[in-house]
Amino acid sequence: MFTDFLYQLRSQGVLVGTGEWLGFLEAVRRGLATDVSGLYVLGRALLCRSETQFDAYDLAFAASFRGAELPEDLRAKLADWLDQAKAQNETTPPLNETRPPEELWKEFLERLKEQTERHDGGNRWVGTGGTSPYGNSGRGDGGLRIGGSSGGRGGAVQVAMDRRWASYRADRTLEVRDLELALRAIRSLKREGLVELDLPETIDATSKNGGDIEIVERPARKNQVHVVLLMDAGGSMSPHAEKVERLFSAASRAKTFKSFTAYSFHNCVYDKLYTDIEAGERIQTSKVLDQLTPKHRLVFVGDASMAPYELFSSYGWPGNESMPGIEWLRRFHERCPASVWLNPDPQRWWEHPTVSAIGRIFPMFELTLDGLRASVKKLRAPR
Amino acid sequence: MSGFERFAGPRDYIADDDLLSVANAAIVLGRPLLVKGEPGTGKTRLAEAVAEALGAKLLSWHIKSTTKAVDGLYHYDVVQRLNDSRFGDRDVSDIRRYIRLGPLGQAFQADERVVVLIDEVDKADIEFPNDLLRELDEMAFHINELDETITAKHRPMVIITSNAEKELPDAFLRRCVFHFISFPDRARMEKIVRVHHPALDQQMLEAALDRFYAIRKTQGLRKPPSTSELIDWLTVLVGAGLSPERLKQDPFLGVLLKQEQDHLLFSQKRGRP
Repeated sequence: MFTDFLYQLRSQGVLVGTGEWLGFLEAVRRGLATDVSGLYVLGRALLCRSETQFDAYDLAFAASFRGAELPEDLRAKLADWLDQAKAQNETTPPLNETRPPEELWKEFLERLKEQTERHDGGNRWVGTGGTSPYGNSGRGDGGLRIGGSSGGRGGAVQVAMDRRWASYRADRTLEVRDLELALRAIRSLKREGLVELDLPETIDATSKNGGDIEIVERPARKNQVHVVLLMDAGGSMSPHAEKVERLFSAASRAKTFKSFTAYSFHNCVYDKLYTDIEAGERIQTSKVLDQLTPKHRLVFVGDASMAPYELFSSYGWPGNESMPGIEWLRRFHERCPASVWLNPDPQRWWEHPTVSAIGRIFPMFELTLDGLRASVKKLRAPR
Repeated sequence: MSGFERFAGPRDYIADDDLLSVANAAIVLGRPLLVKGEPGTGKTRLAEAVAEALGAKLLSWHIKSTTKAVDGLYHYDVVQRLNDSRFGDRDVSDIRRYIRLGPLGQAFQADERVVVLIDEVDKADIEFPNDLLRELDEMAFHINELDETITAKHRPMVIITSNAEKELPDAFLRRCVFHFISFPDRARMEKIVRVHHPALDQQMLEAALDRFYAIRKTQGLRKPPSTSELIDWLTVLVGAGLSPERLKQDPFLGVLLKQEQDHLLFSQKRGRP
């Protein structure tokens, strides 16, 4: 009955598994959803795993239950009836239908096919104010509501179409709130460990101590990862400055890495990097390179788009005369294979000579939550 | 719905309708209820409220970064036993004396259904939730030291809260009923405040809510004030006996904004015309 909804969800990227789906059907069978609003809430609770999926869920729900699966003319008529009609017969006693919801849903669609005119009051056809279990403002207990509102809430499909959760989507570029989420994606680099009793050592020490107990505890395993953040600043990056700044402050406050260092550069990495761009303090890039070990993880942030000579020529930037920018980038990658490049521009803009050249050196990801997650995965298994 | 104990929402907790039906779904399906939301939206209070509404005992398990899954089930105090064996204070031959049940273990052994709160599950190690999967599914666990299996007499209602600090594993999420508490809108916030400050002057409440939502809207706040800050703020305002007009100057701002940068940012923005 709801199978169409399942595939709508999956096509929207809410990857509902069989187990969850069966759970949902079970819940419907147990009568946990008696109207469209209930179905909406129940489905969301059982089929979504995170609020980032709510928006996709809303889209799927609206597509499945807006009546899209009904023939065009019927749908228009139905909407018409429901729009014009008002709750009429307040005195009709309820029918007390107690059939399983699934059956109700099925029958609802069937009756809709049979029905050929608007129907208000009465106890069988779809309409308003009646005691048929189908329709709006009706009184059939345990029936289904179509559109309309109950107790001052908007109809479920309407709620779904409002797309209140759009701002929680994970595939958007990082915004204010996403910062926290970005943090936890980076945190998953961390290998956590606990303080534990070192039993062999304790026995050993106790024996040596002539039987007097000598407790030996193993030190906690520490996160071995050093994170180096290299950020493009200024120029074409200005529109992204706040986003990058937030990423930076999040990472620097995380305190979960063995060490965290950040450098800035203009345009591309040349022979000097800024340690403090506002104060103009710089460091030789070669010094930074020397300190890198395979335990370092490099995260470049930049739009990677510049004039080709700025990347490929040794004289691409005032003051830089040693090596072209691309050569510096290659050295970073050689030194530290576990490195990624986060690009704040959307992927469809990456068809650019310098962007693709850099993309051939570093795996490039969008600076979005999804991109960040993918890049963290890459950092954990660089090859 | 007869035959099920339904959660109708207790008196002093303002839950939205969605939350009620989700909580009921969790009870009926016997799955853990995972509650996520901004700090201060009442996640922890929810568990207390559910327990109260069901008339069940609440066992809280507050998760720290060092908490292990087995801590919730039982703890075998091997060091104590070793120590006792050395000094001969107690009878060490009975291993049961050194096994203590954790909150989940106690819930399984309880003679009636209880509510277990696993608070801030995201504080623990990344693998933590996975380590609990089997126990939550089967509602049973094995004590290796005794070679005994403890099975829940009554399936407890498990409520898990998360501040979304860490990603929870998919396998874990699949088994949970999920609810996200969105930040209360003005109408609901008014109700929430009324619960805590029933005698508050309406004009004062309106003025405070105006300021509160205005401050929350300030772009770039690191920690926007939440419900609990608003309630504290009102307590201070009432205590100081200020008039609603005075609120325009945002007195006692420190109750709402607790970070220095936020203070600076806000006063800068306010400074501008």
